[in-house]
Amino acid sequence: MSQGEAAALDHEYTTTGQPSRKMLMWAFIGSECMFFGTLITTYLVYHGHNVQGPYPKDLLSVPFISVTTFVLLMSSLMMVLALSAVQRGQKKWTRVYLFLTPFLGMIFLGGQVIEFTHFAHSGLSLSRNLFGSTFFVLTGFHGAHVTVGVIWLLTLWVQSLRGKLGPEHSLTVEIAGLYWHFVDVVWVVLFTVIYLMQGVHT
Amino acid sequence: MATSEAALRAPMSGAHSHEGTYGGGIWSWITTVDHKRIGILYGLTALTFFVIGGIEALIIRLQLHGPNAGIVSPEVYNQLFTMHGTTMIFLAVMPLGAAFFNFLVPLQIGARDVAFPRLNAFSYWLFLFGGLFLYSSWFFQAPDGGWFGYANLTSLQYSPGLGIDFWFLGLQLLGLSSLVAALNFAITILNLRAPGMKLMRMPLFTWMTLVTSFLMVLAFPAITVGLTLLMMDRFFGADFYRVAAGGDVVLWQHLFWIFGHPEVYILILPAMGIVSEVIPTFSQKPLFGYPVVVYSGVLIGFIGFGVWAHHMFAVGLGPIANSVFSATTMIIAIPTGVKIFNWLATMWGGKIKVKVPFLFAFGFIIMFIIGGLSGVMHASPPADLQQTDSYFVVAHFHYVLFGGSVFGLFAGIYYWYPKITGKLMSETLGKWHFWLMLIGFNITFFPMHFLGLQGMPRRTYTYEPGLGFHDMNLAATVGSFLLAFSFLFFFWNFFRSLKTGDEAGDNPWNAATLEWSIPSPPPHYNFDTVPTVRSRDPLWAEDGYEKPPADHEPEMPAGSAWPICLAAGLLLLAIAAISSHLWLVGVSVLWIFIAAYGWSFQPVYR
Repeated sequence: MSQGEAAALDHEYTTTGQPSRKMLMWAFIGSECMFFGTLITTYLVYHGHNVQGPYPKDLLSVPFISVTTFVLLMSSLMMVLALSAVQRGQKKWTRVYLFLTPFLGMIFLGGQVIEFTHFAHSGLSLSRNLFGSTFFVLTGFHGAHVTVGVIWLLTLWVQSLRGKLGPEHSLTVEIAGLYWHFVDVVWVVLFTVIYLMQGVHT
Repeated sequence: MATSEAALRAPMSGAHSHEGTYGGGIWSWITTVDHKRIGILYGLTALTFFVIGGIEALIIRLQLHGPNAGIVSPEVYNQLFTMHGTTMIFLAVMPLGAAFFNFLVPLQIGARDVAFPRLNAFSYWLFLFGGLFLYSSWFFQAPDGGWFGYANLTSLQYSPGLGIDFWFLGLQLLGLSSLVAALNFAITILNLRAPGMKLMRMPLFTWMTLVTSFLMVLAFPAITVGLTLLMMDRFFGADFYRVAAGGDVVLWQHLFWIFGHPEVYILILPAMGIVSEVIPTFSQKPLFGYPVVVYSGVLIGFIGFGVWAHHMFAVGLGPIANSVFSATTMIIAIPTGVKIFNWLATMWGGKIKVKVPFLFAFGFIIMFIIGGLSGVMHASPPADLQQTDSYFVVAHFHYVLFGGSVFGLFAGIYYWYPKITGKLMSETLGKWHFWLMLIGFNITFFPMHFLGLQGMPRRTYTYEPGLGFHDMNLAATVGSFLLAFSFLFFFWNFFRSLKTGDEAGDNPWNAATLEWSIPSPPPHYNFDTVPTVRSRDPLWAEDGYEKPPADHEPEMPAGSAWPICLAAGLLLLAIAAISSHLWLVGVSVLWIFIAAYGWSFQPVYR
């Protein structure tokens, strides 16, 4: 939603007192929970059903992903600081944190590219076995969500560089933050389910 | 009432005219963000698809009129019943519901528009494009996997060609459209109510829209995932539904029905909401047990997520799963029954005026009871094992979805036509429509109960003579043509009344809800000043609402071409996917980005 729309609508009367845009994001996140919940269930249902390798334990590297997971969690911290800076009208810190948030997200995505490439070289693909199908679809959709978030946050960062992101636009940043934190929380679940629980079933 | 400035710009009385609300050229309709215009577009598009789906049904009935008929080939027959089911559910009944959500919800809650007007336009265009995309399959190869496209019938091995690709890509577009619309309506109802319009003062139709919206928000992701996995299998050779690779075809059934059963309530709850408006109005009496009717609707929404496996009793889930889902299915009949008793109690002692909307609402109750009773019958797994995949099930769901949803939606069309157009429809033609439709419907679908119990399988291309199927199939075919004939009265009435109908006035039925407090058709800003509501039946209660006089015309959001642009980008993406042109995928992604950015940086008020 545009800056103009934001300014026009944020001050309108609403029944709940909450801005409609923010409620929209919460409702959308509810829908996304069902989306990722279904994908995660599919992953778990098919866990251990591979008829041929490579198997999860052959490929998954917990130390490597722990590092990129930490980077993604730090990006959530940057997001919190960015929102705080916007609300206080601290222009310089807004720019710094609004850059660091998507930058850390891009490092996470880079880690995913490295991991995917390594897996592909080891013979894993969408069509190789059920691990390949479920792993690439589940983490791929998460990566796509991170990519959308990175583009969104970089757009806000450019707006802040142009001086068009003052305290009156803090709601815009807050909503982007809701999305970003949600995507991070999903990763925490994926990290647990895919990497930490890999030995539970097989 | 109006200041001189407002009077100069657009006299308040002038804006009440037909032209003020619906006038303007094609471009003003393409870029419209007015919920009333979008509602009309939804309604006309859905009625068109309803006619097309009906013609498909007539060809199916012609093919089945006698043993060993050869009106169409078996391949075309499979395509016909697949497209008939998909059309009626996703392109006719759901969008007809959406038409009413659009036109009425803001009027009923005292709002000037929905929370996100441009998003609303986007939903409509995406629905239209999704429908056109699905229907373009007739020029190549129409889908033939049935409306619930069971794996692994839909795999490349068993369904080569483009048919299934058209089906799942079309459904993805339609699903996104429904999701966006549902988010919009949930937020509109929660957040844009006029002062005093508490949740427990909302009209029942608005309540059921809210429940339906949440069902859509939470149920659609399951089919989105199911269809995405199917796409991965077909386009990229993934293993999700490939048994040889360890895949499980029952996973599809779970994903489909976790969506599919809430979908049944997505189809019926809006009709229940309409009936809950029509019955009190034509009984001139408030709805009996309003809170209980509301809670029943909410309860149906919740339990609706816990009954899906009753579509899968024959799969072999085991006695425990079957028992649990049998129990939940029987439980969900309780709130449904509660509603029926409340409607009957509303009529009891009322001053009943037997107008056409009332007839359709009454027809809804009777037909829905029949469909509900056969539904409770196959809630029991042993009975279901006899009935599943037979014509008994075909009879059951047509009593619920046609006898229920379609009768309810037509009650709504007759009820709100005067509000939407400013004209009254002919009562005589309406009654011809109702009685012919009721008789034709029952001649068509009632014999199917017996056919099913005698063993006639569902989706069968034809049958042999001497099985005892002939007479009742012939009756069903004759009935279906009577049913189709009845709609000629409707369309004649519909178009004739636009020209020659009597002026409706603000409140021709003496109804109680807020949409009847403003002119017919409503001015483009709905309410010149926002009313304060003090009663559940604001127009009936003494001092039920208060509306301060207007001194200027409210500013409304400007039209925008970005919604149709964004929807076109998604259509292009689907075309790119089905034609397997990577460069076209790139072009469409770029298009989507440009449209999304253009949208984001365009101010709402200009």
